[in-house]
Amino acid sequence: MSSHILLRHRDLPDINRLDVYLKHGGFAAFRQVVTSMQPSEVTEVVKASGLRGRGGAGFPTGLKWSFMDNQNWPHYVVANADESEPATFKDREIMEGNPFQFLEGVAICAYAVGANAAYIYLRGEFHTLAAELDKHIAELEARGFLGGNLFGSDYALRIYTHLGAGAYICGEETALLESLEGKPGWPRLRPPFPPSYGLYGKPTVVNNVETLTNVPPIITNGSDWYRSIGTEKSAGPKVFCLSGRVNRPGNYELPLGTTFRELIFEHGGGILEDKQIKAIMAAGASSALIVANDEALDTPMDYESVPHLGAQLGSASVIVIDETVSIDWLINKTIHFFKHESCGQCTPCREGNNWMSHISDRILAGRASIEDVDLLNEVAHQIQGKCFCALGEFAVEAVISGIERFRTDFEKKVLPSLSAGSSA
Amino acid sequence: MTDQVTLTIDDKQIVVSENTLVVDAAKKAGIDVSVFCYHPKLKPAGMCRMCLVEIGRPMRDRSTGELILEAGGSPKVQFGPKLETACTVCVAEGMVVRTNTEKVQRARKDVLEFLLTTHPLDCPVCDKGGECPLQDLTMVYGSGESRFLFSEKTGREKHLPLGDLIYLDRERCIRCGRCVRFQSEIVDDPVIHFTHRGHDLEIFTCSEPGFDSYFSGNTTDICPVGALTTTDFRFGARAWEMRSSASICPHCPVGCNITVNTRREATANGNFVIKRVMPRQNEWVNEIFICDKGRFAYHYVGSRERLTRPLVRKNGKLTPVSWKQALNVVTEKFRRAGAGLHTLVGGHLTNEDLYNLSALTDALGGVKVLCSFMAGGDLVAQVGVGQNTNLAELGRGDAILVVASDLEEEAPLWWLRVKQAAERGATLLVANPRPTKTERYTSHTIRYEYGAEAKTVQSLTGAKNPAARDFAKARNAVVFYGSEGTDLAASENLARACANLLIKTNHIGRPNNGLIGVWSSPNEQGAWDFGFRPISGLAAKLQTASAVYIVGADPVGDNPSLAESLCKSGFFVVQDLFLTETAELADVVLPAQSFAEREGTYTSGERRVQRFYPALPPLGDTKADYTIAALLGRKLDVKLPGDSASQVMLHIAEQVAGYNGLDYLKLAEVVEQWPLMERIKPYYGGTSYENRQGLGVQLVPSAQRGAEIHPHEIVETSGGRGEHKGFLAVPVTRLYDQGRLVMPSLVLRPRIPEPLLLLHPSDATRLSVRDDLEVCVSLNEVTVNLRARIDDTVPLGVVLVPRSQGLPIFEPMYIEIKPKEVITS
Amino acid sequence: MNILLAKYPEEIKHILQKYPQEHKRSAVMPLLYLAQREEGYITKPMMQDVSEIVGISLTEVASLVGFYMLYHQQPGGKYRIQVCNDLPCALRGADEFLEKLCRNLGIRVGETTEDGLVTVEAVKCLAGCDKAPMFQVQDSGGVRYHENQTVESALDLIETWREQEGGASKPNPESQRGTKV
Repeated sequence: MSSHILLRHRDLPDINRLDVYLKHGGFAAFRQVVTSMQPSEVTEVVKASGLRGRGGAGFPTGLKWSFMDNQNWPHYVVANADESEPATFKDREIMEGNPFQFLEGVAICAYAVGANAAYIYLRGEFHTLAAELDKHIAELEARGFLGGNLFGSDYALRIYTHLGAGAYICGEETALLESLEGKPGWPRLRPPFPPSYGLYGKPTVVNNVETLTNVPPIITNGSDWYRSIGTEKSAGPKVFCLSGRVNRPGNYELPLGTTFRELIFEHGGGILEDKQIKAIMAAGASSALIVANDEALDTPMDYESVPHLGAQLGSASVIVIDETVSIDWLINKTIHFFKHESCGQCTPCREGNNWMSHISDRILAGRASIEDVDLLNEVAHQIQGKCFCALGEFAVEAVISGIERFRTDFEKKVLPSLSAGSSA
Repeated sequence: MTDQVTLTIDDKQIVVSENTLVVDAAKKAGIDVSVFCYHPKLKPAGMCRMCLVEIGRPMRDRSTGELILEAGGSPKVQFGPKLETACTVCVAEGMVVRTNTEKVQRARKDVLEFLLTTHPLDCPVCDKGGECPLQDLTMVYGSGESRFLFSEKTGREKHLPLGDLIYLDRERCIRCGRCVRFQSEIVDDPVIHFTHRGHDLEIFTCSEPGFDSYFSGNTTDICPVGALTTTDFRFGARAWEMRSSASICPHCPVGCNITVNTRREATANGNFVIKRVMPRQNEWVNEIFICDKGRFAYHYVGSRERLTRPLVRKNGKLTPVSWKQALNVVTEKFRRAGAGLHTLVGGHLTNEDLYNLSALTDALGGVKVLCSFMAGGDLVAQVGVGQNTNLAELGRGDAILVVASDLEEEAPLWWLRVKQAAERGATLLVANPRPTKTERYTSHTIRYEYGAEAKTVQSLTGAKNPAARDFAKARNAVVFYGSEGTDLAASENLARACANLLIKTNHIGRPNNGLIGVWSSPNEQGAWDFGFRPISGLAAKLQTASAVYIVGADPVGDNPSLAESLCKSGFFVVQDLFLTETAELADVVLPAQSFAEREGTYTSGERRVQRFYPALPPLGDTKADYTIAALLGRKLDVKLPGDSASQVMLHIAEQVAGYNGLDYLKLAEVVEQWPLMERIKPYYGGTSYENRQGLGVQLVPSAQRGAEIHPHEIVETSGGRGEHKGFLAVPVTRLYDQGRLVMPSLVLRPRIPEPLLLLHPSDATRLSVRDDLEVCVSLNEVTVNLRARIDDTVPLGVVLVPRSQGLPIFEPMYIEIKPKEVITS
Repeated sequence: MNILLAKYPEEIKHILQKYPQEHKRSAVMPLLYLAQREEGYITKPMMQDVSEIVGISLTEVASLVGFYMLYHQQPGGKYRIQVCNDLPCALRGADEFLEKLCRNLGIRVGETTEDGLVTVEAVKCLAGCDKAPMFQVQDSGGVRYHENQTVESALDLIETWREQEGGASKPNPESQRGTKV
């Protein structure tokens, strides 16, 4: 793609300055919606565009907005900038490089759902970034793009940043709301969903940073234009985070439906030291491991196609694994990640990840038998389908797929003669 | 009204209201879905995942919304790919639930195995053993062999005191959060919580002083494992070794239903002793909870200081004698005294005791006195809450007024139920000269100066202010009146003002409407119903009495200046559990039985007559108060029932207004209550006892019987508060005081505040008194040192003095305060 | 006496005005950052101050300090170097980087240098996966990222801190080598 829609700073490095952003049409879309559109019309345009949530779930954005309960006020908008999925680093680049487009997206969303306050929940590590956003917000207020009586209307909007403090689970939208309310980040029971019971119990839209950054160009260029990018069911551009054993890791803004092969070998410059590609994780640490054969490499990266490979696209955080990597080592990393990040609320995730970590450690250290590998697999299945939230389910994706699809890696590690005592 | 829905659970078709959770619907159909984190009194949490079931829903055509039917004509039901938690899903029309399929059993097994990876194998020494759902479910779903390496278990702290009363065993804890949610959702005292996360998640407290909450013991009941235990009972006995006796808490006018667990004990020479006091379900009174005083302040029953033999003063010394000798001395004197007999009773006596004492005194033409400084029991009998009152029914559209009472300190369970009513939307009015915890939930907070109680309530009648309007227009309204800051005359006026408010706003004669007295003892209302009255000028009256019979009261302890008057009386007998300060001066002392050793009934503040049963065999030579009265009667030719309490009740039912028709069988009637407390079922409500022994009977106030009720006149009183000099000292009630019923409980001792008085910072500055320093207080020639606590909630010019700490103060008085140094110099 | 309130009246006012009056509790996390600013960890009296400002119990405040990783209850080095060695970074040499850095500093992961200047910790993904090895530095000024690092560049950074400290290292009396943080 020659010109970027989301990563516009790649074409216009100064676009993180308000005057530059304005010169290139910035805040025209927000002005347009406030001065000439009904909130519901805005939602309709976004619905028609086919934009789907970029945080991982891929839920239709306009539909989410239309679920807001209009019997209960005030409404809130919360931008999910908790970006914590291992191998995901797109929202950070957007907010650093193209912050005003993101903020304009927040503003348009707020107008569409009738919110007068919006919070940007950033992971605590984005401390410096939050300070920058605060400055940008102050600038916008000074220039009349945020505050009261916007563009002469009676619409008012304030945007606030709020820092988390180190908890992956807060990327889950209801855990995020709990955290924003000053509580531990424990996911809430659903239903009710945030559009009927969100922040402070009020109707709330929670959208990912990248999702919101898509909104201003949709308003400016129309839903037909947007639908012309990507595939029929997965419309629009997507920022793919490429990491792992590739020559050029980084963010790549490409249409949904681009193949893995194009991302990894054209844009990413192929595998480090020309090694053989072995596996792909398409949704960060939460991914099932995809065996990187030709079929997989030629699969389009969209919400519909990746499931055919027994995996999900998620946040499109593509981790490339080459032949030098043993999968028992890899799942040890993911297991310890989820063990560390489990909120502890539900039994299977809390105890299951702990148990898996012990077995996996033993396998990695060569102190396990093949029965332990099977036990690990059983424990993972035992967690599956029983957790309170998706995190617990994510935790077993790599384990189950890893043992199933790369069993030889485990067989090489265990001592067949050692019948490691599995009972006490 | 909510709509009813029909659903099928394990092939049983059942009809329940639409907001019912699947887990409760199943329970109502007699199907136990196993739970750990879910508790019917708490909001659903969905944490433990033990209640996973298969849930199917009828399929509908997307375009028409019509049900899709099977070939046979029944609706087609679709089951999701995942199991769902029965504790978080509400029932729906046509839903099909399967709670016992192979898939469900497999899931239970899986979840249980996860829980056991961190749980120790110490059932043989665990207090919960024998009444533990984890233990029971492991018997059903446990594999018998662990796949988790023992060496990989996380060692955790096993004996962590969270406070003076509650211990945590972190190894046993299954992180269900019931205790945390109980403390925040139910009692709004979030002093325990989870910290850390994932596998490191643990219960902790950072508050000071620790887990210090009046309801803390309840967390040990609802804990589904042995993680939380009480300092009092831990390692004390196994569940199956103990006998259970139904009883009523003898500490406050709420009348919480309790179960007393007893066991023979080597340290008590093989005699039965109380091992623990547990809540017993009564959804009209205490639900399934009790306060920590009720739970832990039973130790006085087994105190070594208990009187066990009658004593008669010989040569100036109280000397043990036989009952026959003692009764002979007493009857001789009483016969001679005749109408000069004054019978003084306390509020801990049962209705049966009070009936016999009343009949005895009446027969001799004597005077019946209630040792109390609070009035209005007669008004409660008129306009008290109607029969079938349940505070749990109060909510939106209803109103509650709490006046002159710090409800959490005086009657914790009422506080809890009032708070919950406010949370359900009831309009709560709290009138007090100082803020109390009840105010957190108010719609209207009303401040007045001590002395202006009645006037304040009067001003709510017919006034145009929002508080008055809200009260007047309420569908149902209840008034709780206490005695903070009132003397007897002011109390009478306050009670009248409250009654008038209810009469004029037409909130009488119906269930959930009326007046409730926040008495300081369990049966003061009963004493009023049996004709005992507090009197003013007691000292003068006693001096002229020819005989005084003091039963279950310690007037000298309350007011040392009465000692002289009593000694001037012709003769006085004390009948009590202990050698009280009054008893030490008496001519004859008769040993009575505690509530645990006998039968009887109390009439609660809501005028519910409730029956308790003997838990222990009689101690020594003690006798029940009603028996003693009957024995005296026999010698004085007054025929009184004395053989059994139930016999006395038959007389009461015949002769006492309002008590007609009562008998012990009626008091023992029960109905099914929700939640079902079956103790050790997989659907686990906790170790609170099921009520099989009686819910009691709420009396019908005369307004409900159709009597014509007129407003009462309020007489201006000058108040006998002494010279307006110094500070107005106001006695206030603290749940834990230094009284004889609390002090023997060693576990509560650290919770009892040391003698102190509270004063406003400005007054402290004026007096040059610093926080935590001792001051010298003089009253009626008694001088005591008290620690000063500076507290900006105390009104200016007032000091608050907790009761029962040595200062002879029972009603508001003006007192002198000096820094301690000045006195000692 | 609320020391936090006395020390940062403006900051606290600014934080509180972000949230609706009746939802002051939302301010608890920003206030905890403030409470941590000076000592690098949060003391109980500081938690007490925070609990008073937002009106929740001390235990509830402490619960959050335990839940969230960027709050510390134990003293550590003046600078906390938090190296990501999660999967994507580990695929690009983060484990070796972490090990070598620690070896050079003469400490193990989780420990603090003798002079109390640096604590090295291993942390989970920081959203800098394409620029591994990388770490963040948490100190009184907040959190800053350092990406595309080598052991040499990291040691240079530490050297500049040492110089800022005035050459002579000032040991932090409360932190010792080997202290788990």
